[in-house]
Amino acid sequence: MNQLIASVKIALRALKVNRTRSALTMLGIVIGVAAVIAMVGVGTGATARIQAQIQSIGSNLIIVLPGSLSSNGVRLGSGAVATLTEDDAKAIAAECPSVSAVAPSVRGGVQVVYGSNNWATTVQGVTPDYMTIRDYTMLSGLFFTNQDVDAAAKVAVLGETVVQNLFGNSDPTGQVAIIKNVPFTVVGVLTPKGQSPSGQDQDDIILMPISAAKQKVLGTNKANARAVSTLMVQASGPAAMDQAQQEMEALLRERHRILDGQEDDFSIRNLTEVFAAQESSAQVMSILLGAIASVSLIVGGIGIMNIMLVSVTERTREIGLRQAVGAKTRDILSQFLVEAVTLSLLGGIIGIVTGLAASALISHFAQWSTQVSLLSILMAFVFSALVGVFFGYYPARKAAYLDPIEALRYE
Amino acid sequence: MAAVIEIKDLVKDYILGDVPVHVLKNISLKVTRGDFVAIMGPSGSGKSTLMNILGCLDKPTSGTYELDGISVGQLNRDELAEIRNKKIGFVFQQFNLLARTSALENVELPLMYTDTPAAARHDRAAKALFSVGLAGREAHQPSQLSGGQQQRVAIARALINNPRIILADEPTGAVDSKTSIEILAIFQRLNREEGITMIVVTHDPDVATYANRNIHFKDGIVQKDEVLAHPRDAQRDLESLSAEPVAELALV
Repeated sequence: MNQLIASVKIALRALKVNRTRSALTMLGIVIGVAAVIAMVGVGTGATARIQAQIQSIGSNLIIVLPGSLSSNGVRLGSGAVATLTEDDAKAIAAECPSVSAVAPSVRGGVQVVYGSNNWATTVQGVTPDYMTIRDYTMLSGLFFTNQDVDAAAKVAVLGETVVQNLFGNSDPTGQVAIIKNVPFTVVGVLTPKGQSPSGQDQDDIILMPISAAKQKVLGTNKANARAVSTLMVQASGPAAMDQAQQEMEALLRERHRILDGQEDDFSIRNLTEVFAAQESSAQVMSILLGAIASVSLIVGGIGIMNIMLVSVTERTREIGLRQAVGAKTRDILSQFLVEAVTLSLLGGIIGIVTGLAASALISHFAQWSTQVSLLSILMAFVFSALVGVFFGYYPARKAAYLDPIEALRYE
Repeated sequence: MAAVIEIKDLVKDYILGDVPVHVLKNISLKVTRGDFVAIMGPSGSGKSTLMNILGCLDKPTSGTYELDGISVGQLNRDELAEIRNKKIGFVFQQFNLLARTSALENVELPLMYTDTPAAARHDRAAKALFSVGLAGREAHQPSQLSGGQQQRVAIARALINNPRIILADEPTGAVDSKTSIEILAIFQRLNREEGITMIVVTHDPDVATYANRNIHFKDGIVQKDEVLAHPRDAQRDLESLSAEPVAELALV
C-alpha cells in the first residue's frame, strides 16, 4: 500500500512536469467518461419513464376484446360485434386457475355537468375488481362496491382531470354531477396515473358500476343486454400470462361454440408485452448512446498510449539509470503503468463530475428526465482505470524491456 | 587478498550487419578486494564493453565472470538488476541525476528498489550526502548544484547500498581539473577507509596516476597491466593547490 502511494506520488510528479500535455491527454478521458455518464443517464431516464407508464396500466394485464366477424366475406373490425358478455367474465373468473381477477367493462363518451361547468369525457362501466386489476388507489373517498353494481347505483368515481375541470380545487366527494342528464353521486377520486404508454390521459375518466352505465348512461346493446366492450383480466403472476391466455382462449371458444378450424370471435392482447417492446427499444437506445460515447473513451485511451510512448522515449536515460541502480523489469513496468492509470483515473474522476453536471443541465434545459445510477458511475470509474491499464501496458512494457546500456547512452 | 572480480577467457562479439566484431578477445583478469584500478585505452579498445560486463549491464559471449564469488554469466535480467543494486555502485561521466528531484531523493533511488522503509532511506541518504561533503544540500535539485556537487551526489548514490565495487566511467570527464582532483580524493578515501574496490575508466593519464593499478587496453586485449607502487595522493594535491591561489587565479 505504501509502495503504491509512493508510486502514485512519483507518477503525479512526472505528470506535473508536463502540465499542459498531461491535462490535454486527460481531456480525452474526461470527455469520454462525461459522455458515457450523460448519455447513459439520458437513456436510463427514458427507460425509467416508460417503465413508470407501463406500471401505471396495471401489472400482468390481459385485455380480451370482442372479435371480428365476417359475414359474406366482409370482415368487420375488432369489437364490431358484441360477442363478450358479463357471463364470460364470470366464467373466466370461476374456471381459469391462472387468472386472479376479471373486470368486464363498457365505455362511451359523455357530457358531464356540475353547476355551471361541463366537460366531455369517457365513462367506463366496471366492477370493483377493475380497481385491483388496474392498480388504482383512491385519492379521496371510496371505490363503489359489488352491492352498487347489483343495485345499479348512481354513484361515480372521478379521475383527476375530470375533477379539475368540473370542481376546480374543491373536494367533489358527496357532490352530485349530471352525467348525460342523470344525477350521479361522486363517491371517490382516483389517484392520478398520468399518461398511458400510448399517450392517453388516464385521469380523464369517470368510473361507475357497469350496470348503471348500461342502464342509465350508455344504453344496453340491443342484441345482447349482457354484452360488454372489453374484459380486463389479471393473470396470477408474470409467469402465468401465457397459461392464462391459453385457458381463456379454450374457455371462450367452448362457451362461444366455435368449431375447430373456425376463427375466434374475440381477441386476446397481452398489454405488458406490447409496452415491453417499447421499453426494450428505449434500452437499445440507451445502449447505443453508451456505445457511441465509449468510442470517445477509447480514443482518449489511444491519446494516453501516445503520450506514454513519447514519455518513455523522452525518459530513456532515466529508465537506463533506474535499471543500472537495480530497478527490475516489474519496477519499471509498474512505474509507467501507475503513471498511465493515474492519468486515466484522474481524467475519469473529472469526467464523472462533468458527466453529472452535463446530465443535470440536460434535464434542466431539455426537460428530459435523466437518471445517473451509482452503477454507471462505478462502471465509468472502473473503465477509465481499465483504459489506463490497457493503453498504458504497451508503453510500460517497452520501457521495462529497454536495454540498460543503450538506454544509458541515449541522447 | 581475495579476488572480488575474477574473469576468465572472456569473449564479447557483436554482430554489425553480417560481420562479427570481436570486441573483447579472451580476457582474463583478477581484481583483489581494496584495489584501485584505472582502465585506460583508446576508444574502440573494448574498455567500455568490459565496463558494461563488469557492471552486470551486459553479458559476455563466452567466458566466466565471478563477482564477489557469484558467477554472474548465467543470471537473467532481474537477477542482474539485483546484483547491480546490492554489489555495484555506478558513477557516470554525465552524472545521470534525475532532474527536478532533490539531492536526497536522487541518493535514495537505489533503495527504492529494496524493501527499506522510507525513514531508513532518508536517514541513509542523508548520511551518504554528509560523507561526500554535501550536508545541507539535501533539498537542492541538480540544476541548483555545480558539476562537482552533482558528481558528488552521484557518488553518494553509488555508496548508498554499501557496494563491494564502484564502477566509474570517465567520472572526471565533465568537470574542471580541480574538481576532478576533489572527486579522486573522495574515491581514494572510500578506497582506503571503507575498503571499496574502485574501478575507473579514463582516457586521462593524469587521473590514472591516482590509482594503484593501471590496465591498458588495445584492440580488445590487455596490452599492459602495471601496479603503481606510489600512486599520487589527491588530498595532498588538493591542499597544495589551495596553497597556490595565484596559480588558480591564473587558470581562471
